[in-house]
This record gives sequence, structure tokens and C-alpha cells, in this order.
Amino acid sequence: MDNYVISTKNLTKKYGAKTVVDNLNLSIPKGEIYGLLGPNGAGKSTVILMLLGLTEPTSGELSVLGYKPTKDPLRIKRFTGYLPEKVGFYEDMTSVQNLEYTALLNSIPEKDIPGKIDACLTIVGLLKDKNRIVKQFSKGMKQRLGIADVLIKDPELVIFDEPTEGLDIEVANQILESIFNLNRDKKITFVICSHQLNLVQKICHKVGIMSKGKLIGEGNVSELSKNMFGGNKYQIEVEIIGDVNRVVEKIKSIKSIKTVSSTGNAIHIGTDEDLRQDVSKTVTNMDGIILTKMDIKDFSLEDVYLNYFKEV
Amino acid sequence: MKSVLTIYRKELADYFSSKKFLILLALVYLTGLTSIYVSIQNIRAAAQSSTDAFVFLKLFTTAGDVLPSFLYFLSFFIPIIGIVFGFDAINTERSSKNLSRLLSQPIYRDSIINGKFLAGITTMTIIIGSIIMIIAGIGLRVIGVPPSSEEILRILIFIFICVCYGTFWMALSMLFSVIMDKTATSILTAIAIWIFFFFFVQIIANAVANAIAPVNESATLATQIKNFNIDLGIKRISPAYLFTEAITILLVPSGSQLFLKAVTTADISKMILNPLSLGQSLIQVWPQIVVIIALAIICFAISYIVFIKQEIRST
Repeated sequence: MDNYVISTKNLTKKYGAKTVVDNLNLSIPKGEIYGLLGPNGAGKSTVILMLLGLTEPTSGELSVLGYKPTKDPLRIKRFTGYLPEKVGFYEDMTSVQNLEYTALLNSIPEKDIPGKIDACLTIVGLLKDKNRIVKQFSKGMKQRLGIADVLIKDPELVIFDEPTEGLDIEVANQILESIFNLNRDKKITFVICSHQLNLVQKICHKVGIMSKGKLIGEGNVSELSKNMFGGNKYQIEVEIIGDVNRVVEKIKSIKSIKTVSSTGNAIHIGTDEDLRQDVSKTVTNMDGIILTKMDIKDFSLEDVYLNYFKEV
Repeated sequence: MKSVLTIYRKELADYFSSKKFLILLALVYLTGLTSIYVSIQNIRAAAQSSTDAFVFLKLFTTAGDVLPSFLYFLSFFIPIIGIVFGFDAINTERSSKNLSRLLSQPIYRDSIINGKFLAGITTMTIIIGSIIMIIAGIGLRVIGVPPSSEEILRILIFIFICVCYGTFWMALSMLFSVIMDKTATSILTAIAIWIFFFFFVQIIANAVANAIAPVNESATLATQIKNFNIDLGIKRISPAYLFTEAITILLVPSGSQLFLKAVTTADISKMILNPLSLGQSLIQVWPQIVVIIALAIICFAISYIVFIKQEIRST
């Protein structure tokens, strides 16, 4: 339990008759970047609220940094940074004034505040804008200021809700790079809720996929794809005109082919090697079969994610 | 407690640097100075026609031929000041997405509403207290009559009642800011309630009293008294009326007790109107003061409970 920054056991949250989080078991170790994924309404935000002690679980156990959010919310919030999806600042105040306010609310000694603010603004690349009012900031700058706002309290755990939502790819990459560096240099544990799977995949050590309040899959991307696609590295997609079953049987006889299945005119082939040449040769040599399309892809988090929800 | 103080200081700084504070201050000072001008013009005649010794208090109660007294202005402006300081206290934080960031800091949720409430009361006290002190200062200089210790006490209690009344309106508009998402809706609702209490309750009271016990040329004394009691009973559901009663009794010690019960012209002609002592005035107004304070507490308590139980999401 001590090695886990976040630990939940059968965590459940109900609003009336509706179960929003359903027996969630989650264990996130120190120093990990954990991606919590799921469609809207999956229960991710409710989990965050419970982690921060902003709403009480209906049942189950929950521990954050070794404390129970229902009993010690202030201790948890002292060392947990939270950047909501839509971060707000006092627009008529400068970035320094906003961060000062956060620092004072965190009981940071006044003499330490200027140094801390400068250090945090340096990390997010906003030092030169420290005396500009936030109203003049772009969305990306506000998001970076949000990261500085989170860092001011020297957190052990940071929870980001859609940190790159609505940002252009360059700014999104900068933010992800900041997260990666902070995790590497300061050993901060991150929990990132995001829909942008390709971005999450870049930095997350592990992901959890939530649907209808339940954790339906957990692991790193290769583990998940292994569970989902039988450990195949590639999937070759073939579309034909003709007798699909006959083609499936023929393809199964090719050496190194691991799995073959079909839906309609499409045949899905799982393999660890790029066997497109062998497959196309086999199919085109068959009488009465016309090969209309062939594609190959390696499994991304998006494939895993989409496949989970196809199954669900 | 430290977090309440941090929020209180930030809110105070926000209020003092905000345009709404400067506009309100300018408006209140302008009307205050206008009313002191009116009262100085008319105070000599008012003092000569009066038998009581409370000349200094007449600075606040003397009206002109056209312009009303400072008391009337104040009873008009205090609800506006209260509403302005409360209507956007919470929903602005919510709509600007600051609330979820604030709540993720190591502070109890009630620190936010407590800090804002205390900062609002402080700002209102400064506005109301300063204009009353300015009027008292100018009056002292112009009329040359220093206030007696009883008059000073009456003025201090008057300031206290004004702040309580303003606090009620602030707590009410803060309640709307907690339960309504849009600031436009919360301010309009608060203003609608103010208009109802300030204008319509009197019209309704009059209409109901006249319908139940019509007072015409043939009306008996009993009917007239019944009409008066119904009218007064309905008017007293309005905090605005309770406030007017309380400050009038406090600042017009001579004869103001007549407000509280039905008396006929014949009765008045037989009376010798001695001014009430401070103690007697307070005995007369304490129910009004207690009701105003209770209303403020109830409104704040409801906003507090609703705010504590609300689930705050960033989206």
C-alpha cells in the first residue's frame, strides 16, 4: 500500500440509482505517469473528485498519498496538484499575482514565494511574461500557467484532466514534454485523463481504460494490445471479392500467421512479421478470388481503445 | 482560519480596486452630500419647530421641499450596495473556472464563502460608515452644534443597523449567486425581490387593508384601527419597511413611537410628545433589528449549506 500513491478498493460512487463509478480497483505506484482513459461519462472526473476529497464515495476504500480523502482532504490537497480541463485564473491579475494567491492558500512562507514563482514560471517557459495580466494570455499560455500553479506547492502527485485539449500540436507537445521532464527529474506521479490517445501514448507508463464506471483494461500499450490482439505485433487487413471462408482457410496455412478472422468481405490477420507479400500471393493465386484492398498496421493505444469499446 | 484571511484579503483588494466599488462610492457620496446640503438648508426651520434636543440627528432626517432626507436615500441605496457585493460572489468563480482550481488547494470549502462574506461586510461598513461620518463632520462644521453622547450612540447604532440591513441583501444575493449559474439571473432576481419589498408590499398592504376594512367618510374608529393594523402587519413582512421603522425610531426620538400603533388625530392632540430615551428607543426597535439580523443569518446559512453540498466540476 505504501508504494502506491493512489490505491482504491471496490470504490463505488452512486448518484441516486445511477452508479457512476462501479467497484473500481486502482493501484498507481510512485513515480508513474498513468493515463486514465474513457469516453465522456465513463466516470473519470468523478474518480478525480473522490481522489481530491471533493465528493464522498458511496462505498469502498480509497487512499491518496497514504491518507483517506474523506478524513484528510487538506493533507492530500497540500501535496496534490490538480489541473482541471478548463483552468481558470483571475484575468485582471498578473501571472505572478495569481501564483502568489495559490502559494498563500498553500501556506507557503511569504519569503519563499517569489523564488518559487520564478522557478515554476521558468519550468513552463513563462518567466518573461510574469508581469503580464492573464487576460492577455493565449489558451496554451494559460495551460502552462496552470502547470506552474500546480507546481508551486511542490506536489508529489499531479492530476491533469485533459491537459492538451484544444491546444495545437506544438503546444500540446511542449506540455507533454514538461510533464515527462517533471516526472523524470522530480519523480512526480502524474495521472492524466485524456481523449487524445496518441499524445497520452507518448508519455504514459501505464493506462487504465474506464467504461461505465468500471476499469475494463489496464496495463502498458503492448500489454493491452497483447491481451486484445493475442500478442500480435501487426494486423494485416485484407478485403476480397469471392468466398471468404475458403480464403481464410488458405491464409491459415501460411507459416507465421497467428490469427485469422473475418467480418463480411474483410479478413483480419494477426502476425508478428510483415507477411503482406505472402498473403497477396496466396490470395491472388486462388481461382475466383479478387483482392481489392490490403493494409497493415501496428497496434496503437487508439486501436486498443477502440477495440475495447467495440467489445463493450 | 489562515485561508479565510487569505481569501478575505484578496477579496478586499478586489473590491477596492473594482469599478463597481468606485461607482457605488461615488454614487453614495454624491447623494450623501446632496442630502447634507438639503438638510443644512432646512435644519434651522426644522429645529425651531421641534421641541426636542436632538438637533444633530436632524442632519440625517431633515428633508427639503423636493429632495428627500439622507435616511430615505440610504434606505434606497443600502440594498443596492448589498446586492452589488453579493450577486456574483460564487457564480463568477464558477463560470471563470476558478472555483475548481481554488477547491483543489488545501483549504476548506467554507473558507471561500466565509472570506467573501466577511470582505463584503467590511466593504459595506466602510462605505456606509464613511458617508455617515462625512455628513456628521460637515454638519458639525456648518451648524456648530456638537452631538451629545446620546446622539453619538444613536448614530453608531444607526450605522450598525444599516450594516445589518446591507448584510441581509448581500446574503440574499450571495444565495442567488450560489444557486444560479449566471450572474445576470442572480442580479435580476435580487433586484426583483428588492423592488417587491420596497415598492409593491406597500401597495399590496394598502389594497388589502382597504379591501378588508375600507376607510371612507362613514368608517368607524374601529374600522380605521383595523385598516391601520392590517396595513402595518402586511408592510412588516418587508425588511425594507422594518429597516425604515428601526432607523426612524432611532433617529427621530420625539414622536416616532406613534408609528407603532394606531392613533387618531384626537389622541395626538391630547399627548405631550416627550422624546424617547435611548433605552426606550432600543426597546421599540429591537424586534426589527433582530428580524433583519435573523434574515441575514438565514440567507447566509442557506447559501453556506447549498455551497458546501454542491459538487464542483471544471466542465
